[in-house]
Order: sequence, then C-alpha cells, then structure tokens
Amino acid sequence: MTTDYMTQNQEISTKQSSPSAKTSQSKLLLSALYLIAAGLLLGSIPFPYWGLILEAPQYPDGLEMRVFVNEMTGDEDPTLDEVSEIDGLNHYIGMQSLYNAAKIERAIALPAVIIMAILLAVAAFWRKRYAWLLALPAFTFPFVFLTDLGLWMRHYGQNLDPYAPLSSAIAPFTPPVLGEGVIGQFKTVSYVNTGWYMVLGTSVVIAIAWVLQWWVSRQNQGS
Amino acid sequence: MKLNRNTVFLGVTIVFAFLMGAIVFSPWASLEAQSGGGDWQTVMTERGFTDEDVYAALSTYNPSGVYDEFVMFASGGHSGQVFAIGLPSMNVLRTIAVFTPEPWQGYGFGAGEEVLDGGNMDGQEVRWGDTHHPALSETGGQYDGQYLFINDKANGRVAVIDLRDFETKQIINNPLYVNDHALFATPSTDYVIQGGQYAQPIGGDYAPMADYAESFVGIVTMWKFDREAGRIDADNSFALELPPYWQDLCDAGKQVSEGWIFCNTFNTELALGGIESGNPPFEAGASRNTTDYMHIINYRAAEELFLAGEYEVVNGMAVITLETLVENNVIFNTPEPRSPHGVDVAPYGDFIVVSGKLDPHTSIYSFDKMMAAIEAGPTELDPFGIPILAFEDVIEAQVEVGLGPLHTQFDDQGYAYTSLFLDSAVARWSLGGDNYRPQDGWSLIETIPVQYNVGHIAVAEGDTVSPAGNYLVSLNKWSVDRFLNTGPLLPQNLQLIDIGADRDNMQMLYDMPLGMGEPHYAQIMRADRLNTWEVYPEVGWDPATQSVDERAVAPGEEGITRDGNTVYVNQTAIRSHFTPEIVNINEGEHVVWTITNIERAKDATHGFAIPYYGINLSIEPGESITFEFDADKGGVFTWYCTEFCSALHLEMMGYLLVQP
Repeated sequence: MTTDYMTQNQEISTKQSSPSAKTSQSKLLLSALYLIAAGLLLGSIPFPYWGLILEAPQYPDGLEMRVFVNEMTGDEDPTLDEVSEIDGLNHYIGMQSLYNAAKIERAIALPAVIIMAILLAVAAFWRKRYAWLLALPAFTFPFVFLTDLGLWMRHYGQNLDPYAPLSSAIAPFTPPVLGEGVIGQFKTVSYVNTGWYMVLGTSVVIAIAWVLQWWVSRQNQGS
Repeated sequence: MKLNRNTVFLGVTIVFAFLMGAIVFSPWASLEAQSGGGDWQTVMTERGFTDEDVYAALSTYNPSGVYDEFVMFASGGHSGQVFAIGLPSMNVLRTIAVFTPEPWQGYGFGAGEEVLDGGNMDGQEVRWGDTHHPALSETGGQYDGQYLFINDKANGRVAVIDLRDFETKQIINNPLYVNDHALFATPSTDYVIQGGQYAQPIGGDYAPMADYAESFVGIVTMWKFDREAGRIDADNSFALELPPYWQDLCDAGKQVSEGWIFCNTFNTELALGGIESGNPPFEAGASRNTTDYMHIINYRAAEELFLAGEYEVVNGMAVITLETLVENNVIFNTPEPRSPHGVDVAPYGDFIVVSGKLDPHTSIYSFDKMMAAIEAGPTELDPFGIPILAFEDVIEAQVEVGLGPLHTQFDDQGYAYTSLFLDSAVARWSLGGDNYRPQDGWSLIETIPVQYNVGHIAVAEGDTVSPAGNYLVSLNKWSVDRFLNTGPLLPQNLQLIDIGADRDNMQMLYDMPLGMGEPHYAQIMRADRLNTWEVYPEVGWDPATQSVDERAVAPGEEGITRDGNTVYVNQTAIRSHFTPEIVNINEGEHVVWTITNIERAKDATHGFAIPYYGINLSIEPGESITFEFDADKGGVFTWYCTEFCSALHLEMMGYLLVQP
C-alpha cells in the first residue's frame, strides 16, 4: 500500500498541474496537520514526559520524580530534591545515581526535538515523493523515548553494586516503565505524563496526515 | 409462559431479601460499624465519665496528624529551658535549650558553647538558669512569630531564640546586676526590657547591709533589639537606676500608652531582713506598709537622655542615674496595694491592672488620669525624690476578685482574668471601660477553682493588643493529688481552661503534668504566626549565623588535612554513613572537625558522639557544625550516629584512632 501511495504521490507532484478545489483544500489541511504536529512536539518541551512516585510509610507525601525530555527533577517542593533523595535510598540496594543515566540522550534531546520539528515544517510544504519520510523521526519519537527509558531502567535494575548494604536482600530486577512495582518496602508507580501525551499526539496527527496524503494521491489518480 | 401473581410476589420477596442481606453483610456495612473504633459510650460508662468529661476530652483530643491551633511558650523554670506546648492538646512539642546544656539538641557538647559562653559572668561559666518570663517579639503590639526572649532570674541574663529553627542564638549577661524578674518586649520590639528584682550594689560591687539605702539600687535595663541581626545590641542599650525597692513585674504600654512602661515594686519599706539577729524576716518586713509604689516610666524620654549622652558608664553599660531621671520628669510613682505581683496593660493601653497579693482587689489605673495628674504637677515625693501621683487621682476602679490576686490577662470579649493564689482559683471579671464591657461595669463575673496554687495565667494572645480568647492556661505550682505519685518531687500542673466556647461558664479541660521544670509564665500564640523551617534552607547551614558556613563540606570534598599541629577533618553525613569513616590522628594534635549533614529530607537528623572527648552533636538536615578539641589521650574511639536515622543506623559509625 505504501509503495502505491508513494508512486501516486510522485504522480501528484509531477503530473497534476491543476488540482481540483477539493485536493487543494486537502493539501492546505495536510500542511496544517504537519504544522500542528510540529507545534505539539515543540510544545511538549516544558512538560514532564514521564513520572515515578515512590511510596513508603516514612514518606507520607511520597517521593515524586519527573522526567522531562532533557532533564530529571523532583516535584514542586523547593526544599527537597526528590531525585537526590531517591538516589540516597537507591544506594542501599547498590543502584547507580540517576543523574548518571541517559546523559547523551539528555544532552541531544533539545536539538533533536527542534530538528524533528523543522523536518515536520519542511514536510508541510515540500511535496516530493519521499517528503513523508521527514515525519518519520517525529512519528517514532514517543516510542523511542519509552523504549530508551525502559532500557535504562533495566540496565539500572540489573546492574546493582554487589557491595551495597542490601545487595544480598534485593535481587536484580527490572522496574516497570508503566504501572506498579514493588521494591523493598517501597511501592513505585510509573506513568506517562502530559509531555509524552503531546508527542503521542504528534504521532497521531502525523498518521492522519499520512492517510490524508495517501487519500489525496488516490483522488488525483482517479481524476 | 404467563406468571401468576404468587410467583411474582415470591420473586420480588426473594430479590428484596437478597438486597437487604447484601447491604447488611456487605463490606461497606461492616466498615460503617467498625469506623467508630469501638463503642465510645461503653468506654464512657466503664471509665465512669460524665458528659463534662467527654466534652473536655473531645475538646482537647487531636487525632494523629491533626495540628494544634495554638502554641504556648512556657518558661522552664530552673531547667533553664523553654517548652513549646500545643493547645488545645497540651502536648509538649519540644524543649528549647537555653541556659542549660542539653544533649538531645546537641547544645553544649561541641556545639552551642559560643552561645552559652555569652552568659558567662566575669569569665565564670554558669551553665544553668531559672527561666521566668518568655516574651515573644511583637509588631504593632501583636506577636509576629519571629523571636522569643527569655530571662534567667537567678543570674540576671537574657536569651534570644530564633523561631525559624527554635534555637537559642544569644545569651547576654547584664554587667550591672545578678538577678531580675520581668522580661517584656515593647509593641514594636525595638527594646526588650529586663526588670530587676532584688536590690543590690550596682555592677557587682560590695556594700554592707547597713549601707542598704545609700548603696543598693534597683535596675531596669532597656536592651536594644536589632531585628535584622536577630541579636540584642548591647552597645545601644541602656539601664535606668531605680530606688532600692524590689522591682517586680513590668509591662510595656501599648496603643494610647505606647512609650511608657509600668513596674511594680515591693519592699518600699527597705527592710533589711536578719531573722537570725532577731529582726523581722523579709516576708514580714517587706510587707508592713499597706501600699508599695508602681513606677510609671516614660522610656521614650529616657531614650532621648541616653541618645543625648546623659548617662554614666558602669562596667561598660550606660546607666541613667535616678537623679537624671527625676530631673527630666521621666519617672513617677503611684501607690499600689502592697506586695503586688502583676502589672498588666489592657489591650487598648488605656488601663493598667495591678494585683496586690495581700489585698483581695485588683486595682485598675487609668492611663489618661496618670497623664492628667502628671500635667497637674504632683506635690509629694518619695524618699528618693520621685514625684508621687495620688492614688485617688489615677485610680479608675477596684474589683474584689478573691484572695491572693497575682496576675491578669485579657480576652477578646472585654473580660479580664486574674489568678488567685490563696483561693487556688481564676477569676473572670469585666472591664467597665468604654472599649470593653460598659454594660457590665467593673464587676466580678465568676471564678473557677484550679489545682493548686496558681501563679501566672496565660490567655491566648492575652497580653497583646488583640487577644484571641479561646483558652486560658493556669500555671499551678502544686499538683498535690492530681497525678500518679512519682516521688516527693511533684510535677507542675498546667491546666487548660475553656474560656471561649461557652461565654457563661469557664470549663476545665485538661490537667497537664510537667515534670521537667517549673514554668513561671507562658505566652500563647496562634500557631499560624510561626514561619518555621522544616529543614535548613541550604546544605551547609550554620544556625549561629543563619547563613551557609564557608567551612561546610560538600559531597566529594571530604578528607583530612593538616596545618602544623592542627588536623582538619572534613566530613559529610548522609544515611547511613559518615565520610570519611576512619580518622587517624596523633596524640597531642588539635582537631578541627566539620560535619555537614547533606540530607534534605525532613526529619533526617544525624547525631554524632565521640566518647571521652565529650562530643555530642545534633546535626539537622542541611546543618554544618564545626567543633574543636585537643587529642590529649591516645587510643581508639568509636563514634556513632546517636539519632536513629535509618535501617542501617547502627552501622553509621566510624573510628577515631589517636596514635600515642
């Protein structure tokens, strides 16, 4: 199907010199969709993508960690750095400091998001056969993000310092990326947050754009 | 199939019965039955409680996690401490170490010595105090929740407590005098005023009792408070020389009387005691006259004299002589019923209430009348030349309240409350002035017995310009039979009395035994005025300066360095280890040891104790402490965290190896 659509797309851009009013509207819509996708992607930067709440009896308010596209923070409470606090607790089981995780990803995240948004903007106006490919990185981004997060969590959970105080009590484990987990007296609840839903929205909008693009090419073929 | 009527009826009945059963046996229904945590009425019957008892219990009980509405700061008497007590629960929230070293707070065992040394008297270490009168800092005549001042009656010293961390920041020794009684703040807390008590030669001089009238003096000290620095500024403070009467309580004027202070005196007889020589004992000699004098002092005028340099210097302290005070119309006397204790200014500042403990009346003086009498020009003088305002010219009213009236507080409804020592009771009476209850006039409303021998009383914000009312605490000296016997030294009994809920009757709510000292006076403040830190604002905090200490140790910068004979140990503490853990030094070296608690979690306090060397610290989250000692004894010393901090708290230890 994709191949067909590509071929047709080329036909649209090369052969159709005077498209019907309907396809002209559709192209406008197509541009708008790519721009919306780019907007959602850029708009997600100030919002947390993912979060984890650690619950234990001695932390009545819980310890909340928020992961943004390029940084990790605690909640709004200014007196306590929850990430350091979680690090402090993790040292008992020999887990590395969270601040050492995904350093490269965090470093390149902002430029990468901006580049993906630019690619979407180009795709909005550049009607070449392979223009749709420009949206592919943005389309996969939410899934790449969660996969990378999951790999890091597995790496952290599986590589515990054997000389840690509780190394004999806690076997290596893989904390869940989503949902509940239990480690020692702690219950963890992981969830995706606003930022991630926004980039998921980017993917959905891109998917719609692709379908629309395919449909337009079918229309043009028919006319 | 067609259903007949009976089948339908049976079906409906079965469904109905099932639903009822489901409701009765459902988890929801059983939760409902259990949510009361047992049947309270059975408890009431079994323990023989009356409705009043249950009312009292329900009025004071705080379920877990529910906070008190008020906090009471009670002096700790000769424990040398201050107690913070929640109201209405009457739970001791914590003690604040002031004049006495206290191990839990790590005060005086490697930290806090600089504060304690501020109270040294001529180089002599004095490591206890008799705390008497807590005085909360005020803004506009109302508590502002920032500072608490407390005096040491025995040694005439004053301390400053910062309510951001509930720690003593300063102890200041009065170079003029070795005893005091009153301590109170002016409505803006530009001055904290220390009233004297027993007359003595000024500045620690010697004089024989035969020279009493000439050589002994009374003193009121005006300590300038620097709110920015959070410290008393001794250089800008001054004292007033008074006659060798025994000054007792004082209070600052407020609103219309702001700028004036009022001080009771007793022993205007100038009794010399000497029971061993056949003289009347002080208790008789100092109570012979039917009246003593209240000093009425214009402290703004005194301040002008100080700023104009009209003073003498004694032991480095500015003293305005009595002669100068009299010449400049700063001080006046008026007779008051003999042997008074309380002198309390009403919320609008318009009346001053005095209770002579050997007279069944409280006497209410009018500030306006005092001013008029001063204007008219008094004709009589006391033996020291102080003009006397005639009693009948300044008195507004007298109310017969009962036997042994001592001390008065006010509520928000125009009532005053006076403790009755001899009656073991508290009297509620109405202030007849226009600002209060003119409809009731100056009259006794009711009394409530207390158990036993009440000294001071405290009403919620009851000595401010806007009392809260609600509660009254009776600070009873004797508990006699109120509590389980724990030996011949009995606890105090602090009784909580409801004065707000039912305006027609005061009701006793709670008896609180306090077996940690003898609270003398207390102030009760709305808890929401406090702005107290949960952890220190930044890691590396020095509570002495309330700023980050440059000696604080950051993670990764720990280590041991040497400079000549001095060893610097730079250490961090976090659950559950100190870094470094092994410290090797040589006998004879001087050790400067810094520990920074790098925790940010609430309640993650670490202790630190080294045996033999007498080190015991409490290092609260973010706090950095530096202590020093001479390693004069070789050996292996184990230090450990003294505050149970975590599951591996026991492992939070280390070795100090002092090589001989």
